[in-house]
Amino acid sequence: MDDHDHDHSHLSEMEVRVRALQSLLEAKGHVDPGAIDELITLYENEVGPQNGARVVARAWADPAYAERLFTDATAAIAELGFTGRQGEHMVALKNTPEVHNMVVCTLCSCYPWSVLGVPPVWYKSAPYRAKAVADPRGVLDDFGVSIPADTKIRVWDSTAEVRYLVVPMRPDGTDGLSEEELAALVTRDSMIGTGVALAPAGEPA
Amino acid sequence: MNGPQDLGGAHGFGPVVPEANEPVFHAQWEREVFGLTLAMGATGRWTLDHSRYLRETLPHVTYYTAGYYGIWLGALERLVAEIDLDQPSRVLTRENVRPAMARGGPTDRPGPAPAYAVGDRVRVRPMHPATHTRAPAYVRGHTGTVVTVHGSFVFPDTNAHGEGENPAPLYTVMFPASELWGPDTTASDVCADLWEPYLEPAA
Repeated sequence: MDDHDHDHSHLSEMEVRVRALQSLLEAKGHVDPGAIDELITLYENEVGPQNGARVVARAWADPAYAERLFTDATAAIAELGFTGRQGEHMVALKNTPEVHNMVVCTLCSCYPWSVLGVPPVWYKSAPYRAKAVADPRGVLDDFGVSIPADTKIRVWDSTAEVRYLVVPMRPDGTDGLSEEELAALVTRDSMIGTGVALAPAGEPA
Repeated sequence: MNGPQDLGGAHGFGPVVPEANEPVFHAQWEREVFGLTLAMGATGRWTLDHSRYLRETLPHVTYYTAGYYGIWLGALERLVAEIDLDQPSRVLTRENVRPAMARGGPTDRPGPAPAYAVGDRVRVRPMHPATHTRAPAYVRGHTGTVVTVHGSFVFPDTNAHGEGENPAPLYTVMFPASELWGPDTTASDVCADLWEPYLEPAA
C-alpha cells in the first residue's frame, strides 16, 4: 500500500517511475491517454466475478447449458457475452462430491479475466503459487474452507493459454431460486476452487 | 528458465493471506501500470511470451519484493528500452479498447497433427533451458496421462525470443500427485498444460 497516494509533493519511487514512462510513451505517440483511462475503467468497474457467477448460475439452472459449458466452455460463455482477453480458450471444471478442483498459475498469474476480472493479490502471490500444487488442503485451511477428507483434490496449473473456471457444487436448499438469486451465492473464490458456493439465507452452510 | 517465477512446490513463503473486500487496485500507480502495460501490449511491439520472459528475468530479490504491479513495471521499462521509440506504433485508441479487449488474442494456430491421444502416458522431458519455457520444474522427468488434446498453439519457448510462433500440439496432462511429490502432498492429481516438444512417450 502506498502511504503517499494523496501527497503529490512526496511522490513514491513507483509513482515517479510510472509517470516518467507514461510521459515518454505519450510524447513519442505510442499510447493514447484516453485508452489507458478506458482500460482502467473497464477492468476496475465492469469486468469481474459477477460475469462468472452468471455462467455458473445458468449452468446450475439449465442442464442443456451445463452440457454445452462442459463441452465447449469458450462458446458457452460467449453466449452470455463474455469473451476476449485472457478468456480466449476456456475450460469449465465441474466440482462433485468425488472431486474438488482448484486452479493456480505457478509460473505467473494466468487467470480467466473475461469471467473473473483481474486476479486478487493472493492469487498472484508466491505463497499461493508455491503451495497450491502440492498442498491444496493447506491452502483451503488458509481460507478457512473444509472439504470432506474423502473428496479428491485436483489442481489445475494454468501453464499455457487455456483458462479455467471452476463450477462449484450447487448448494442444498436452492431449488426455488431464480438465476439471479443463484448467482448471488457464487463467490469469486468458489470459481477458483479456494472456496465453495454460499448457502442460501436461512440454510446451514 | 529456472527463475524466481517457477514457484510450484517451493517452501518457506508462508500461508496464503486473502484480503477481505480487496479493491481491484491498491494505488493510483498500479492503475497506471496496468493501463500502460495493456495499451503497449496492444501495439504488438512485443509478444506476451517475451514480456513474461522479461518479468521472470528480473533479479530474484526484485521479483519477490516488488509486488505484482512492481514486476509489471520493471518488465515494461525493460521492454520499452528494447524497442526503437522513433519507429511508430499501431496505437490503441480509446474507441478501440472495448472491441480489442472483447476480441482478445487467441493463440491457437494451424499446426502439426498431435502425436499423442487421450489416455496416452507421456513423460515430461528432463530439461533446464536458461531461456523461456512453460514447463514448470516440478513436472519435468515425471510421467502422466493425456486427458485433453487442445490442438496446436503458439510455442512460447521460441516465440518469447523472436524465433517464431512454431505452433505445436498442446495437451492437458494429469499427474498423480504422489508421482510428483511422493508422500508430501494433499492433492490427488495435478494437471498441467504442456506442449508436445516438452513430452516423450512414457517408457
